Amino acid sequence: MTGAGRATGAGRAAHAPPAAPAGRRAAASRASGRIVLAALLLALAVMIAVFPLVFTNGAVTQIAVDTMIFVAAACAWNIFSGYSGYLSLGHAIFFGSGVYAVAIAARDFKLTGDAVFSLMPLAAAVAAVIAIPVGLVALRVRRHTFVVITIAIFFIFQLMAFNFSFTGGTSGIVAPILNWTAATYNDPFYYLALGIAAGTIALSWLIRRSRFGLQLRAIRDDEDRARGLGVRAMPVKLTAFALSGCITGLLGGVWFYFIGIAQPQAAFDPLFDLSLALMSFFGGLGTIFGPALGALILEPAQQWLTIRFTNDYLSEILLGALFLAVILFLPRGILPTAAQRIASRRARSGDRARGSQAPAVARPKGTGP
Amino acid sequence: MTAQLRAERIARAFGGVQALDDCTLTVEQGSITGLIGPNGSGKTTLFNIITGYERPDSGEVYLADRKITNASPQRVFALGIGRTFQLTRIFPRLTVMENMLVAARRGGRPGRLLARAGGAADRRRALELLEFTGIARHAAALADTLSYGQRKLLELASVLAADPAIVLLDEPAGGVNPSLIQHIAARIRDLNAQGTTFLIVEHNMEFVMGLCHQVTVLDYGTVVASGPPGIIAADPRVLDAYLGSGGDGDG
Repeated sequence: MTGAGRATGAGRAAHAPPAAPAGRRAAASRASGRIVLAALLLALAVMIAVFPLVFTNGAVTQIAVDTMIFVAAACAWNIFSGYSGYLSLGHAIFFGSGVYAVAIAARDFKLTGDAVFSLMPLAAAVAAVIAIPVGLVALRVRRHTFVVITIAIFFIFQLMAFNFSFTGGTSGIVAPILNWTAATYNDPFYYLALGIAAGTIALSWLIRRSRFGLQLRAIRDDEDRARGLGVRAMPVKLTAFALSGCITGLLGGVWFYFIGIAQPQAAFDPLFDLSLALMSFFGGLGTIFGPALGALILEPAQQWLTIRFTNDYLSEILLGALFLAVILFLPRGILPTAAQRIASRRARSGDRARGSQAPAVARPKGTGP
Repeated sequence: MTAQLRAERIARAFGGVQALDDCTLTVEQGSITGLIGPNGSGKTTLFNIITGYERPDSGEVYLADRKITNASPQRVFALGIGRTFQLTRIFPRLTVMENMLVAARRGGRPGRLLARAGGAADRRRALELLEFTGIARHAAALADTLSYGQRKLLELASVLAADPAIVLLDEPAGGVNPSLIQHIAARIRDLNAQGTTFLIVEHNMEFVMGLCHQVTVLDYGTVVASGPPGIIAADPRVLDAYLGSGGDGDG
């Protein structure tokens, strides 16, 4: 299902010669496992597709829209941070820029009604344009220095949103009113966010199998060696950064109409990136579906905690504790851990099937320890 | 024979330590050239300067007649110079085949962002090289699962994927068992017979003297001797460089 799962799975399959009825049994159980997995995925897809038609309660669909926006944002974040290993804690720069690009344009062009949705490409474009200079500065440094610089630049943007006159300062910018039926008001937002999420996952998959994606992952593993093998590291990193930022900006634009107002502390939210990082780590950093899975679990959980514990701090403390738990007990995330478990179980049943005829992997002649 | 690669009067200091001082090295086209010297004599620094990882304080690097001083590592590689590292470096979380495809550039259309990694020609060549180095059976495994010796072979194979004209090897025999050393030496000879030029840093004297056509000896960042291995082995200045500086037992 995931790229990581496929890689390890293929690795096992490649040197497991089919042997004996036991081997055939293992293959049969593997095939039935695939069918079960496919059925589960299909059920999940159907559930996601019809969710707001089944659960029509406004409070529930509200959470569903938020969740879909985070699914898409986590997948977009993963295209850069997951593949390149550069952990950005500044993607709220792009989200906020998307929010304000649409807010300011709608206000200044005096757009109303559904016409405001024509501004979505603007949100994406503004974020991509901002990503280039930000990336040119931040991508010169690596690891924790990079993390700190993205946070620093993020706070510059938040300060600008607070202080420039064209952003409306603390009071912000109110979105034009949409004359939609109250009962189904959230549905278009849900499907818009779902569409963006699906597109982002498809893009993640395309990038993962592409030369560009391979270069990103080579940079993650050893950037200097990658350069020594002809990888033009800066353009590759910058492209991924801008692409990821562009999708994040687009989501900011959607979120602005959904929430109805652009305010600095919400549009440029320092917790936004922590959530994205947490979701991606939880589901599986650098995998195709991991960040989406993480968002599907954590965003509703966070919303529920906020509602359940009206004391805001308590829900944040619980979220922090969850982050610690993930790092301690699931450092590689759900999907890679699951893929590894399945692979090692398969290897064990494969060994049983082969019996004690031969060692699992014979070393090539002359290759040592 | 003509000089294919030339480092001319290179100087490089780290703080107060002069790592290289007026160092000139010539690698003839089609040769296997050895670069030897005690630890700290500047061999790896010279490699780093040639391949763009470090800048010299003064001096120039030429590829044939073209000046390539201070070119970036990716540029140096694109010009046909590949290298391995003293501390073997692979991409641990990529599969062995993916490791091979990072450098491949055959038939790819670089203009298309989402172009598939590794076309049929790239994969065929990668598999050929994996077979050539003897690790083809691990093609689908994560590189992280390879043994140290296999990693050395993968690093070499992945550099070869783009068919570099010159290959710089930093201690290819370091830390590997004798039979693998023989295997690596045989591969180098095969490639050299097909026209690849080699520059090799190595402490294993048997390996160097058995393989190289030319040997250059560095000591304190300066060339103290250069010539065919038979003459170098008997040169008193070489013995002095190794034994006089405390004889760190590498010879």
